[in-house]
Amino acid sequence: MTKPLVTIQNVQKHFGDFIAVKEINLEINEGEFLAIMGPSGCGKTTTLRMLSGLEEPTIGEIRMNDKVMNKVKPHERDTPLVWQSLALFPFLSVVENVEFGLKMRGINKAERKRRALEWLEKLDILEFSERDISTLSGGQKQRVALARSLVLEPKILLLDEPLSALDAHLVIRMQAVLVQLQRELGITFVYVTHSQSEAFAMADRVVIMGNGEIAQVGSPKDIYRTPQNQFVAEFVGRNNILSGVVASVTKSNAKIEAQSGTFIVNLEKNLLKKGQDASFVISADLVHLSQSSPKSENKIQCKLISEEFVGSMVTLFLEDINNHEFKVQMQERELSKYDLKPGSDIWLSWSPKSAHLLTGN
Amino acid sequence: MNSSRVLNIILGAYVVAIFIFVFAPILFSVVFSFNSQRFPTIPLGSFSTEWYVKIFNDPDIWKAALNSLIVSISTAIIATVLGFCTAYSDFRYNFRFKGPYLALILLPPTIPLIIMALAMLAWLSKLGMSGQLWSIVIAHSVLTAPFAMAIIRLRLNQMDPDLESASWNLGGSEWATMRYVIIPFCKPAIISALCLAAAVSFDEFAVSWFVSGLNKTLPVVILEIVQGNIDPQVNAIGTFVFLISMTLVILAQTFFVYRQTKSTEK
Repeated sequence: MTKPLVTIQNVQKHFGDFIAVKEINLEINEGEFLAIMGPSGCGKTTTLRMLSGLEEPTIGEIRMNDKVMNKVKPHERDTPLVWQSLALFPFLSVVENVEFGLKMRGINKAERKRRALEWLEKLDILEFSERDISTLSGGQKQRVALARSLVLEPKILLLDEPLSALDAHLVIRMQAVLVQLQRELGITFVYVTHSQSEAFAMADRVVIMGNGEIAQVGSPKDIYRTPQNQFVAEFVGRNNILSGVVASVTKSNAKIEAQSGTFIVNLEKNLLKKGQDASFVISADLVHLSQSSPKSENKIQCKLISEEFVGSMVTLFLEDINNHEFKVQMQERELSKYDLKPGSDIWLSWSPKSAHLLTGN
Repeated sequence: MNSSRVLNIILGAYVVAIFIFVFAPILFSVVFSFNSQRFPTIPLGSFSTEWYVKIFNDPDIWKAALNSLIVSISTAIIATVLGFCTAYSDFRYNFRFKGPYLALILLPPTIPLIIMALAMLAWLSKLGMSGQLWSIVIAHSVLTAPFAMAIIRLRLNQMDPDLESASWNLGGSEWATMRYVIIPFCKPAIISALCLAAAVSFDEFAVSWFVSGLNKTLPVVILEIVQGNIDPQVNAIGTFVFLISMTLVILAQTFFVYRQTKSTEK
């Protein structure tokens, strides 16, 4: 592997008595699209601000290209940030906004205008170059904010929930723009978001943060299919989590006795002992429905509580006899095979391969 | 519907009445400044610019007008710089005794002018600084800086706090950020503060009269003329002073209100 572009080593950030970042270690590689995701207050934005120099780590070290950055002031770094609020300068025109960083770097007027216009063209907003910021739409402002940062041709671009203010359909479009830009330019993107769909759609690697700590780092698929701990499994959302006691263990699987029944979980490595507490997850899209009791080893009878449609996908919310909630995700046209109404009884089942043991805490 | 229309008419009439009450005396002064008769009585005499010609040819009045101009321009600049600095320090920093600091800064307009004037005279003469043109500038700056501070502080309130960080993030040092972000953002408020401080200083009488010595400003000259005898010259000077002050205040308002609505609409 190549050397990491950024190394975050044992970094903590305290604000008085409040510890925003407890202790994180992370390496960011050159040219990757890294998403840092977590609920609000998990320390993700603080981490980003430390990368940009707006906050200094209380403990630990941040290195970029092997240089310790802790004491380097924001304006002496090359870490442009795309703000959640966009923070465009309202008294400057579009092109002047984009020129701002170049102006601060002492580049002459003709040259900076040329470069700014070039970026406006790349981002498809050249026609607005002389307009006032206040006359632009949300999506256009977003592009100006991107151009303003990218015109500096940085090695790394920091993005702080940049799409959170946009309409849903624009978010999808901007995601495509961002991914394409990142691939084309080959620069590192560090993208902070609370939105799973944004992170999973764009990132090469996702960092899940919770309570100022890193809960898991992995590809979107890893995080989705094999969450390491309950926090990640819950945060990722469309997961069914079951907890119980290990009843028996063989080489390749374990039987876990939970309140809702006894279930078989496939094991890749045997980490369990009999009598131990264990939790496992089944992704909502790997659960099957059937009208009558299925042949599967893992099955449970539930009542339908409600349905949620997102386009062609539908999520069913169900409860078993112990009021444990289950979620099932499927195509809408598949669902129409069943005649389901709230209150209907239905069987859920899944293959032992679909169940994934939570190894962390 | 009918009753709301009646109410509208009554409220409209009320507003007009208030404006008449406020502006009638000034209007009369303007009317009499063009009246040929020496005494302000009705019926009016003929239209005349006699009094304007008279003040135009009076070197004392020219001197006073020049003094007023110098004082109000200097005051506007000093008060606005002071006001900007205090507004920014309040916006940007948190420190101990910030409450008392702000209270002290905003205190001067609450002190009765005559007390302020006496205090200024006593203080400045102890320091051997009274009776100069710049003694008036000092006193007026103390009086008007709080207004400048208030106007600029309001403007800073409307600024997205990320704007400053964004400038640092794009490579702007703290000074460059001040020069290229904070000041341009506050520009409408700064112009507004300049106009307002100039207007207050241009009109101000009590403090000027106490500390001016021989360097009289226009309001001081007006009093002296009125004390001596009845002379419609004062109406002419008054009209002139009123026009300048109103222009400044309207400019201040326009910049403040127009720019605010423009920048808040998204």
